[in-house]
Amino acid sequence: MKTCEATYAKALLKFAALLVSSIAAMNAFAAADFEIDTPGVAALKQLMRARHAQLAGYYTSGAVGLTADGMIGLRDVSAVPQAERYTIFALVAAENQNRNALYAEIARANSHPEWEGEIRNTFARRWVQNARTGWWIQDDDGWERR
Amino acid sequence: MKRVLKVIKGQPAQLFPTASLWIVLSAAVFTLSACVTINIYFPAAAAEKAADKIIDEVWQIKKNDTEPSNKSVAPENGNNEPAAKGIK
Repeated sequence: MKTCEATYAKALLKFAALLVSSIAAMNAFAAADFEIDTPGVAALKQLMRARHAQLAGYYTSGAVGLTADGMIGLRDVSAVPQAERYTIFALVAAENQNRNALYAEIARANSHPEWEGEIRNTFARRWVQNARTGWWIQDDDGWERR
Repeated sequence: MKRVLKVIKGQPAQLFPTASLWIVLSAAVFTLSACVTINIYFPAAAAEKAADKIIDEVWQIKKNDTEPSNKSVAPENGNNEPAAKGIK
């Protein structure tokens, strides 16, 4: 009887050791890196970089600001000439489309589509952190100048 | 009587290892599946670094962009202050 229990205990111990080592291995694998080098991400970066040349002025003037959800939004277009407003609408819409695609693409590149929300939150924080002084940032209380 | 009791006592005792084996196995499977679910965590630090890299490229944030202006300002102050002090 005792020997029987001892074998089970040994087997259980072995199994536990295997479990722990496999979890450690999976942890190491999961934490290895975060994939952003895909053709999709590169294409989106290219589009967004080109668009930024046009958007930068509007960030500075305050016509466009950074939102809390990792997007950009119209803040105050009253100072913008009527003819230019269509351009801004189009720029903001296109930028947000690219940003949504970027977050989804990064999640997909890492084989975790469910990470999209967390990726978006991470980006939202980092866009704000990297924003130049004078740019407008939206938080719970509304627009705030950085 | 004693013999019978021994047999009766012995039966459940013999059953115990197989029963425990099933309990242990099912618990292990459950634990393993739980571990796999928990293990798929979001690598926040790596994601933050990746986000910064992309933002740098999109916004073309060059550290050289601000540093030379600081450096060009610093020597001017550095030159002016000692000169002013020297005159005084």
